[in-house]
Amino acid sequence: MIQFTIWDILRNLLLAARWTVGLSLIAFVGGGALGLVMTMLRVSKSRAARVAVRCYIEVIQGTPLLMQLFLSFFGLALIGFDVSPLAAASFSLTLYTSAFLAEIWRGCVEAIPRGQWEASSSIGLTYLEQLRHVILPQALVIAVPPTVGFAVQVVKGTALASIIGFIELTKAGTIINNATFRPFLVYGMVAAIYFCLCFPLSLYAKKLERRLDVARKA
Amino acid sequence: MSLVRLDAIEKSFGDHKVLQGVDLKIAQGEVVAIIGKSGSGKSTLLRCINALETYDDGRIEVDGMVVGDPRTDLRKLRETVGMVFQSFNLFPHMTVGRNIMLGPTVVRKMAAKEAETLARACLAKVGLAEKFDAYPDRLSGGQQQRVAIARSLAMSPKVILCDEITSALDPELVGEVLKVVGALAEQGMTLVMVTHEMGFAREVADQVVFMHLGRVHEIGPPAQLFDQPATPELKQFLGAVL
Amino acid sequence: MGYQFHFGDVFAYKDLLIRGTLLTLELSAAATVLGLVVGTAGALARNSAHILLRWPAAVYVEVIRNTPFLVQLFFLFFGLSAVGVRLSAEFAALLAMVVNLGAYATEIVRAGLKSVGRGQIEAGLSIGLTRWQIFRHVVILPALQAIYPALSSQAIIVMLGSSVCSQISAQELTYAANFIQSRNFRSFECYLVATAIYFVLTVLLRQAFALVGRRVFRRS
Repeated sequence: MIQFTIWDILRNLLLAARWTVGLSLIAFVGGGALGLVMTMLRVSKSRAARVAVRCYIEVIQGTPLLMQLFLSFFGLALIGFDVSPLAAASFSLTLYTSAFLAEIWRGCVEAIPRGQWEASSSIGLTYLEQLRHVILPQALVIAVPPTVGFAVQVVKGTALASIIGFIELTKAGTIINNATFRPFLVYGMVAAIYFCLCFPLSLYAKKLERRLDVARKA
Repeated sequence: MSLVRLDAIEKSFGDHKVLQGVDLKIAQGEVVAIIGKSGSGKSTLLRCINALETYDDGRIEVDGMVVGDPRTDLRKLRETVGMVFQSFNLFPHMTVGRNIMLGPTVVRKMAAKEAETLARACLAKVGLAEKFDAYPDRLSGGQQQRVAIARSLAMSPKVILCDEITSALDPELVGEVLKVVGALAEQGMTLVMVTHEMGFAREVADQVVFMHLGRVHEIGPPAQLFDQPATPELKQFLGAVL
Repeated sequence: MGYQFHFGDVFAYKDLLIRGTLLTLELSAAATVLGLVVGTAGALARNSAHILLRWPAAVYVEVIRNTPFLVQLFFLFFGLSAVGVRLSAEFAALLAMVVNLGAYATEIVRAGLKSVGRGQIEAGLSIGLTRWQIFRHVVILPALQAIYPALSSQAIIVMLGSSVCSQISAQELTYAANFIQSRNFRSFECYLVATAIYFVLTVLLRQAFALVGRRVFRRS
């Protein structure tokens, strides 16, 4: 058995963590863009669009992320795409993120009091103008804390990509553990690195939310 | 020729029939006060006039436009009919000035400079010229409501609907708002006000409408309605509020 | 394309699927109940006056909420195994799920306790109730009512999260799907069926929670 020093382990984990960060960014940015489209469709005039988006969100929120990853991996391969684990994980996590963000953002738009809709329509604004000038600017401010909070879920979600073979932080931990047989140490360090990625985001989200509450009460 | 004309208006919310056939004619320059118990349909009636609510039967005409007709341009209707709300509904993310400028710039496509001049004028009219750059949350309730009135005025409406605009205010702030409304009335603005301020209605209104159970129960000049109520329902209502 | 779907091959193993589904439900139910107990203890610890109780509880909550469940599972299972504590996969899975849910439940219960406004407590004090009596008569029921929606949502999340436990060979639904597809190579169909089962469970659980909620909290 090869002897690894703690520094060896840490260095390997940190290198693998780059992939965790990369996948998280892909999922968050892609999911954000797709989520925006979903939100627009959600408030559209077409009933078919609204129902379709609602079904999409219900399915994604009502099934395990691991299953979605498996289905993406094997499903895309069936259609004929030669998918790498990274591609499948990116695809799946993007869809996952888009559904949750769309729900969060819909909640923010609905949190805007009806009086704002009424006042803006009373001065003659069309639906789109209402959204643009009155509703969305206010909804955006409310949306920032929970959106930042969800970034934490995305980072944690990338850990499951290890199961379809993507080599990120958790997978590296498994590989190293199989070589060193020191699970408390190895997985402890893996957890610590995730913590360092996620905790600042959680704190920032909480700080934003407090700032929002203070502003609201003023 | 009436500016606002309501014929046999009926409206239900589910099983509950809120308006049971309302007729009303409002001439240009008239000030009409609508009084009645809560649930009598007063606010609903008002909100039908500027199409915030739809009505089931009857016909509402404002300045020649039929409200509810798909051919009617809603934008044009809302430029003609302004509304001031009980809960002010100012846009919190904009300054007072921008609140007032929003309508003219977006709906009337006015240039920013022109809109600003107009907004300042409207704000001066309600006595708050110095608050142009303040945010709504820094203003008292009375001040916010006056800004709401200014916002409405900026669209040069022909008639302004006031939905219990002083009900959410602390008593000492009510006066400043009523003063502004009184000035508007004097300058010839057509006003339809749902209100509990009987003293104000008596002073300023040309017509008082007493609504009961979704219908116009009594209608007439304030002196007649307040001093010589004809029906027991109005007598009882006045007994309770005066 | 030429790919034929063979769902029949999956349903040939329906006993395995049923057993897996049952274990998923058992794990989820047990984890929810135990997790709530842990959560209540955690909430009381976090609200307590003693810093020796407050701090470990806060650390526990933040560590669990900011690390992936999969890593927590591996840490517990492989870690305990390496120091000689041999747990069955199912028990380890339950343990990890309780530890995980406990952290989220702590925050949920905390929010619930907080939601009972100061005014209520002051009213209780002013009619002479002791702190414990206030907790029992004024706080508990409204707090439970307040946390019920969040808790039932979290229970469903726990149920969905149990699929990760397949990775330590706990024989729940995902494990069953993995096993079946390794036998008949119908990977997509297997996972599709398993996913559909999870979805049905989610819908049923949500309805069940709503029904129970309406019955128990009849007053609102």
